[in-house]
Amino acid sequence: MIELRLWISQRSGMLLAIALFVLMFTIYIGNHPAGLTVNVATTAANKGVLLALVAMAQTLPVLTGGLDLSVGMVFILCNCLASHLIIGSPFQVALGIAAVLATGIAAGAVSGAIVVYGRLQPIITTLATGAVYYGLALLLRPVPGGEIDTDLADFITYQLFDTVPTTLVLLAIVATAVWLPFRLSETGRGCLAVGSAEGAAFMSGVAIDRAKLLAYVLSGLLAAIAGLLLTFITFSGEASAPAGGTYTLNSIASVVIGGTSLFGGSGGIIGSIFGAFVLRTIEDLLFVFDLPPLWQPLFQGIVLLAAVSLGAGRVFRVRNRLELFG
Amino acid sequence: MSKIASKDDAPLLRMHNIGKRYGGVTALDRVDFACRSGSIHAVLGENGAGKSTMIKIIAGVVEPSSGEVFFDGRRVRFINPAEATHNGIVCIFQELSLLPDLTVADNICITDPPRRFGLIDGRAQRRRAAELLARVGCADVHPMELVKDLSLSRRQMVEIAKALGRNPKLLILDEATSALTAADVASVYAILHRLRDDGLAILYISHRMHEIAELADVCSVFRNGRHIETFPKGSHSDDEIVELMIGREYRHVFPPKPARSAPPPPVLAIERLTWSPRLHDISLTVGRGEIVGLGGLDGQGQRELLLGLFGVLRGVTGTIAVEGRAVRPTSPRQAKTPAVGMALIPEDRKTEGLMLPMSVRDNVSLASVAQLTRGLTVDRAAEARRIDEMIRQLAIKVDDIDRPVATLSGGNQQKVVIAKWLMTSARIILLNDPTRGIDVGTKQEIYQLLRKLADRGAAILLYSTDYDELVGCCDRVAIIYQGRILRELRDAEITEHNIVASSLNLGLSGGAGAAA
Repeated sequence: MIELRLWISQRSGMLLAIALFVLMFTIYIGNHPAGLTVNVATTAANKGVLLALVAMAQTLPVLTGGLDLSVGMVFILCNCLASHLIIGSPFQVALGIAAVLATGIAAGAVSGAIVVYGRLQPIITTLATGAVYYGLALLLRPVPGGEIDTDLADFITYQLFDTVPTTLVLLAIVATAVWLPFRLSETGRGCLAVGSAEGAAFMSGVAIDRAKLLAYVLSGLLAAIAGLLLTFITFSGEASAPAGGTYTLNSIASVVIGGTSLFGGSGGIIGSIFGAFVLRTIEDLLFVFDLPPLWQPLFQGIVLLAAVSLGAGRVFRVRNRLELFG
Repeated sequence: MSKIASKDDAPLLRMHNIGKRYGGVTALDRVDFACRSGSIHAVLGENGAGKSTMIKIIAGVVEPSSGEVFFDGRRVRFINPAEATHNGIVCIFQELSLLPDLTVADNICITDPPRRFGLIDGRAQRRRAAELLARVGCADVHPMELVKDLSLSRRQMVEIAKALGRNPKLLILDEATSALTAADVASVYAILHRLRDDGLAILYISHRMHEIAELADVCSVFRNGRHIETFPKGSHSDDEIVELMIGREYRHVFPPKPARSAPPPPVLAIERLTWSPRLHDISLTVGRGEIVGLGGLDGQGQRELLLGLFGVLRGVTGTIAVEGRAVRPTSPRQAKTPAVGMALIPEDRKTEGLMLPMSVRDNVSLASVAQLTRGLTVDRAAEARRIDEMIRQLAIKVDDIDRPVATLSGGNQQKVVIAKWLMTSARIILLNDPTRGIDVGTKQEIYQLLRKLADRGAAILLYSTDYDELVGCCDRVAIIYQGRILRELRDAEITEHNIVASSLNLGLSGGAGAAA
């Protein structure tokens, strides 16, 4: 019983995001002319999973107390690369997928190495590496285009056994394959430790450099998976700076709505997934209520502010005003 | 050096000719030290005697500048705490090494969790944490709770459980009982005795004399970075130990104190000031022209008292009166208004005193910009005049006041902080260890300045970790112990011996008997 109470209280942010999503999605489906059909669910899933993957990529550096402004650009870079490589024989396609994922890992590793060994601030480091990655994306795809294996793309973006959106299954697999080992490995827990109190982590003998590096590497990998998925959805690559920037900023918003602290140390990937779903559902809600889509940023901003306000209660309990600045 | 060394059993830890320098400051000077298995070894010394530096060297936090360390018969050179832990040296530091956002179980098993299929086995980890918590008598702490939700005393017990879980050969406790409740202290004593009987070596740093009497088998005294003496418990009286800790040292030159027939009228009167759990019922006055010292060991609440007066703390109860009028500043901005007239020279000039990249000019005038404003803008001419005056008065060595303050020496930086607050014409000056880390020459200038300010009518409340300074500067000294004023020393009572003895909650010399 006490276990359950502790479990819930320590995941209140995530649970709130899930509840909010369920509420919003129920309203959406209730007002949708077609109701909950497989096609409606698949369209919602494809858009939601895309942001959810980028939000997961953002979560890991945030847990270490950092921030990754390059996730959106790694996402775009991998999209452009995939639009060249995911074509041909099954072997070539497999090789192409591997190359795209490796590119994401390399991109994350570069950012991480600069943060860890160069001791530069994550924000400025990833702002710079993000610009580099976008530059590479532009070289790969000066104009939108490309061609990909349509059979594979259709398989990924439709349903499994005509019932479950494949992207949701993919998301569940990726989340389980990344988060579980992360949460239950020494290095993964080291990330949380570093974000919680870096000095104490060092004094406890935690391998802090390795932990931080891993966070950025995994972040790059997740952004690459998102880039692949974008290619499957659009059948092409486009080096779009607005898309990269929007995804980066929305990923940070999703992380916060999902209950992860921007100071690091607490939160997790599952919350971010639902944070992303919440942001995405706002768009759908505007659609079913016939409101102009131009209102979307306004509503997203309000939801984000509300989510952040929930975490601000701490300020009223601080007894030493100096701690407000720590 | 060790006087209790016997030939047949080699010590577990031996340090030979260890030196450590930080820039020009010698923290440890040719120290030889040994400690052996199956004994509790207390390490004593004043603030800054070198105890903490020695512990940090043993634990692999800092590297010695010279000398050798032998552990378990091998020469060792730990490059980080992880390596020391791996070799069986486990430290419990004053500043907790716990991760507030993680669970108790995660914290206890942070470096070596139980595994299944290569991944952390959560259930086994909780079981192990529960066992260790039960061992330290904290079965009421649930392994799944977050550390940040625990009280300070419980956190410290978790820290001890975490240390035991690492199977140490040498366990080091650096002031590890300072935040414990009485019940927890009793269980810690029992654990330490049991561990000692199991053959562990335990190094115990504490400022509480009665703890040492109860726990230690062997004591070592440090002073000014040197190992003075090691002796078995009971071979020296408390008074003798205090003498060993003080020694004969270089004395600073202090300005003469004024002779007073009657106490001066109070400018600052504090009545029953409380900020639980760190401050309890503090009543104190500071008179016109008086320098009142705050003494005691580091971290007994002196810093909180100054912060509480200056409006930094929330939830302070009791009354504060300035010139007979009750005041209750709720921010430093209010505390510096002419109606209150306080100034606080903070402890850490780099984070709380200076804007390092900004110029000397901007730093000096920062707190008085409002007073220097005419209409909408700062009166630059008046500002320059006042800054000039301050720089002359404090003899700040700077060729160009538009230089960033970061380029100045430590002593001159501290003078800039003081100048900033003198410019506000405060009537009450609070100082939090103002001479820490500055050179002797500047220290003496600051002593002269404080006396001069007092003679001009300021009321000065000075916290210093340097007892010598309290003896030389203060008209009265209030000794703080665990958040209370334990004793107030005045006139001839203000001696280093009395300050040290009071700080340790012992009786005064002359057999006055221990106070409660």
